[in-house]
Amino acid sequence: MVENKKFVNRYNFAFIDEATKKEIRRKLLKAIAIPGYQVPYSSPEMPIARGWGTGGLHVTLAIIGREDIFKIIDQGSDASVNACNLREFVHHMTNVKTTYDTAEATIIQTRHRITEEELKEDQIFVYQVPQPEPLRGVERYENKTRQMHGEADYAKMWVSLYESFVQHGDIMLGAGYPVMVNKRYIMAPSPIPKWDVPNLSQSKALHLFGAGREKRLYAVPPYTTVEPLEFIDVKFHTENFKEMPCYKTGYKKAFLDELYFDDGTQHYVINDSNFLDKLAEENTPVQHSNQYINQLEA
Amino acid sequence: MKRTEDSWLLRVRNLTKIYGEPNENTLALTGPMFNSNQCPETDSIVACADINFDLFPGEVLGIVGESGSGKSTVVRLLYFDMEKSDGDAFLKPYQAGLANILEESNQKKRFIRNHLMGMVYQNPRDGLNFRFTSGGNIAEKLIMAGNMNVRQIRGRSSQLLEKTEVPVLRMDDRPSSFSGGMQQRVQISKAIANNPPLLFLDEVTTGLDVSVQAKVLDLIRELQQDLGIAMIVVSHDLSVIRMLTDRTLVMKNGRIVESGLTDQILQDPQHEYSQLLVSSLL
Repeated sequence: MVENKKFVNRYNFAFIDEATKKEIRRKLLKAIAIPGYQVPYSSPEMPIARGWGTGGLHVTLAIIGREDIFKIIDQGSDASVNACNLREFVHHMTNVKTTYDTAEATIIQTRHRITEEELKEDQIFVYQVPQPEPLRGVERYENKTRQMHGEADYAKMWVSLYESFVQHGDIMLGAGYPVMVNKRYIMAPSPIPKWDVPNLSQSKALHLFGAGREKRLYAVPPYTTVEPLEFIDVKFHTENFKEMPCYKTGYKKAFLDELYFDDGTQHYVINDSNFLDKLAEENTPVQHSNQYINQLEA
Repeated sequence: MKRTEDSWLLRVRNLTKIYGEPNENTLALTGPMFNSNQCPETDSIVACADINFDLFPGEVLGIVGESGSGKSTVVRLLYFDMEKSDGDAFLKPYQAGLANILEESNQKKRFIRNHLMGMVYQNPRDGLNFRFTSGGNIAEKLIMAGNMNVRQIRGRSSQLLEKTEVPVLRMDDRPSSFSGGMQQRVQISKAIANNPPLLFLDEVTTGLDVSVQAKVLDLIRELQQDLGIAMIVVSHDLSVIRMLTDRTLVMKNGRIVESGLTDQILQDPQHEYSQLLVSSLL
C-alpha cells in the first residue's frame, strides 16, 4: 500500500491548508499596501459558522507561527464564551502558548475592543469584523459602494453625519465610528467603541481586519494616520463616563462597563479584564495616549 | 453683456447618443426627413445626433420638441447622467474651455457637476434623495464642493430656502412630506447652492398645477435676473419657453430642425414641424 504522508496528521498546522494560508497572506499584504482598502478573499470553511469570528480566525491562523503567543478577547474580556472557544481552537490546532497578558502576546485577536494597554511594534492586532463596508448604511449596492471608494466619493457618508447631527444634536454613531485612513479610504473600524478609535492612529502595532461572512480583509499598518470623520465645528468625541470611577480600582481613565447590583445601585467597572487585573494587582500598565484620553484624570 | 464669437460659456459640437449598434448608414437614414429615429438597417435608436450650439453667459436657451425628440437626452449628456456616443462639449470656466468635458474622468466630471453646474429634473425623486432632509439634500451639494462647516452649511441652506420661498422651519423635514411645488423649489435650491454659472432645467413645471407652475417660473426668472445664471430650459410647453428663454432650438427625431430667437420662432416658424407646434398652441 502506498503511504500518503499528507494524511498522517489529521489537520495541517493551524487547521487551514498551506495553499489557502498563502492566499490569505497575499491578500493581507495587499491590504497592508493599501491602508483601509477592502480586499476580497476566499473565506474558507471553518468549523464555526461564518459571522461568528471566522474572519479574525482566518487572519490569525494564516499568520500564526510556532513561536507566537496568542491572546484573544471578546468585548474586552479574556473569559467570555467566544474568546474561550476560539482560544481553545487555536491552541488545539497550533499548540502555541496562549496568554491573558496583553504585553506578553504577539498576536491579539479581538471582538469589539482594542486593549487598554498600549500596543508595541512586535504585536499584531486582529479584528473580527461583522460589517466591513462603512458606506453600507447610505448605499446598499456593493458595486456602487466600490465605485464610491474608488473615486473617493464620500459625500453621502458626510450627509448622513450631518443629518444625524441635525436630528439629534450630535453624531449618533456609537460603535464602529467611520474613520478616514491615510487620508484616502473611509473604513469601518469594526464595532470598537469611540473610545478606542483614536488608538488606531499612529499605532505602533499592525492592525488586521477580517470579515469572514462578507469575505473582506483590510488593514491599518503601523504608524498610519487614522482620523474619525468630523466637521470643522462638530467634532468627534469619545464616550463620557461622567468622571465615574471603576468600583474595584477607583480608576477613571479607562473604558467602563455599567453594572447594576441586586440592590439597584449603579456601578462602573473597567471593561478590559487584563487591564483591570493588572491594576488590581497594583501593577502600572502603560496606557494608550491620545488627545481624548490625555484630557482625563486617572 | 457683449457677445463676441469667443465669449461663449458652453460650446457643444456634434453631440450624439445612439442606443444599439449603428452602422455607417444609421445617421443618414434617421431624422425628421424619415420621421423616425430608428435605423431601418440596424434597429439602433438615435436619441440625438449632430447637436451643435453655443451658450453665452447669462443666456437662457430653450430646447423644445415632442416626447422622444431627444431634448432631455441633450441635457442629461451634458450633466453626465449618460455617456455620449460621440461629440464634444467645452465649458469656459473649466480649463479655459480647452478640455472636452465629456471625456474627463468620473472624478473630474463630479467636480464640474458640483462646482459649475446645477440640474433640476422633472421628477424631484431624480434630483433629491428622499431619505435625507431637504437641508441635507442641499448640504450634499455644499459638502461635495468642500464645505465642512455645519454652521455655514445650515446658514447657506436656510438662505437658499428663503430665496426659493420654502419655509425655513421645514429645513429638517424630508422632501417626501412636501407638496410637488415645494419639492421642486428644494430641487432648485440644491441646484443653485454653489452659485453655478450654468443651470439645466428639464421639464421643471410639467406635472404641477397652473398656479404653482406660474410661481416656479417666476422664481426661475427671478434667479436668472438676480444671479445671471445661464440656463438651458427643456420643455414641450411653448408658453414656458416663451416666458423664460431668449433663444430656442426646436428638436424632432433627435435632430435640431430650427434654431433662432424665441420670439422669431414663435411668430414666424420656418420648419414645418415648428409651424405645427406653434399652431397647436392653445
